[in-house]
Amino acid sequence: MIQVDVRAKDFGSTHVLKNVSFTLHPGECLAVLGPSGIGKSTLLRLVAGIDTNFSGTITRPDNIAFVFQEPTLLPWRNALDNLLLVHPGLSRQVAQESLARVGLAEKAAAFPGQLSLGQQRRLALARAFVGRPELLILDEPFASLDQETAMRMRALTQYLLKEVRPATLFVTHERDEARQLADRILELSGSPATITKQPAALHNVVRPLFQREELK
Amino acid sequence: MTNTVIRAISLSAFLVTWLLLAGLANDPTVLPPPQGLVQPFLSELASGTLLSSLVITVLRVIAAFALAMSIGVVLGMLMGTKPALDRWLDPWLVVFLNLPALVLIVLCYLWIGLNETAAIVAVTLNKVPNVTTIVREGARSLNPELKAMAQVYRMRRSVYLRHVVLPQLAPFITGAARSGIAVIWKIVLVVEFLGRSNGIGFQIHLYFQLFDVAMVLVYALSFIGFMLLVEWLLLQPAEKRVTAWRHA
Repeated sequence: MIQVDVRAKDFGSTHVLKNVSFTLHPGECLAVLGPSGIGKSTLLRLVAGIDTNFSGTITRPDNIAFVFQEPTLLPWRNALDNLLLVHPGLSRQVAQESLARVGLAEKAAAFPGQLSLGQQRRLALARAFVGRPELLILDEPFASLDQETAMRMRALTQYLLKEVRPATLFVTHERDEARQLADRILELSGSPATITKQPAALHNVVRPLFQREELK
Repeated sequence: MTNTVIRAISLSAFLVTWLLLAGLANDPTVLPPPQGLVQPFLSELASGTLLSSLVITVLRVIAAFALAMSIGVVLGMLMGTKPALDRWLDPWLVVFLNLPALVLIVLCYLWIGLNETAAIVAVTLNKVPNVTTIVREGARSLNPELKAMAQVYRMRRSVYLRHVVLPQLAPFITGAARSGIAVIWKIVLVVEFLGRSNGIGFQIHLYFQLFDVAMVLVYALSFIGFMLLVEWLLLQPAEKRVTAWRHA
């Protein structure tokens, strides 16, 4: 179980977050909504442990995957090595299969610069899922994609989520996207930002996984 | 016109200018024509002095280059990633950057003695600040997002250094290496000129005292030729290899 309790996060004299707490169960998908610049990405970086400079406590598992706003790949290593270097325990075969799963089977030897933005993002997705993370964090993973590509990416993400079932925390500013992927939605607003809509306000019951899939 | 053709024409123009100047001077003891160097070159080659001098100088260049690059890269990376350390060491760097090569060489000979250690230390100290400055620029511009990625996915430190940091620093390191080798071999000649009894620099000193322009040119040009070979056969291909992903 992931427990987040951020009492305050400041950048110098700017108060960014205040009293943001929630829990996330295994297999559960939580969307964080809010206008841009509100501190959503900051919250994700706190949860991931990239930024440890805040007051409060966060309990997180060891095996975390992060899909950044930008694909954040190693441009000087090919697609396959981008998976293998990040996950040293991975066999070439498993890595190759996970490339195939995101539609990049033919691109194993290509450098990220030779891939389109959509393909780079799919590679970033493959990198996140292939480690079978306990906690998956997605920071606007479908931003700056054309509508059709974004739609296919969402479907792919949904499929991978179902397969790997990590606890998932993702940020978006599109309500539809949040509804499509998430079990619960949490809204940030104000300055410093805090949770204005408790998860229960949108979905009264946190539905168990098996029911959820039937509904979708 | 291809690059090779342009290069060939440009080099021939240089030789023709040399020929003309030698004709104007009309005195082989002041400026011998290019063909006047062939005979002394062959005799030095036959006696073995040219080759042994070349080997000794090249060994000094390699030793100083390896030392300067390793110290400079480590210092540059530390200073580029640790602002506190950078604040403390930066004034030192400025002092050493502005210390004339000659002063360092003379001081090393005075303090350490007229020996091999002093020669190598002098050349190394001359080059380290430069390598440090270039690599520090690279370390300052390391991508913070890739660092965050490596942190989240718990990449091992060795993997992170080799596959994330090193490729980002590669253009800076090869840049430092190329400008480094160019500066180092010139300083090695000065060091040899001032305080060694062998090597190309010593031979140039010897024939300087004998006022033998032809021999000075023979030794200088042999070494220049050798360094050009290193540049074309080693440094340029290496640079092409580490930047292959950019052009893919």
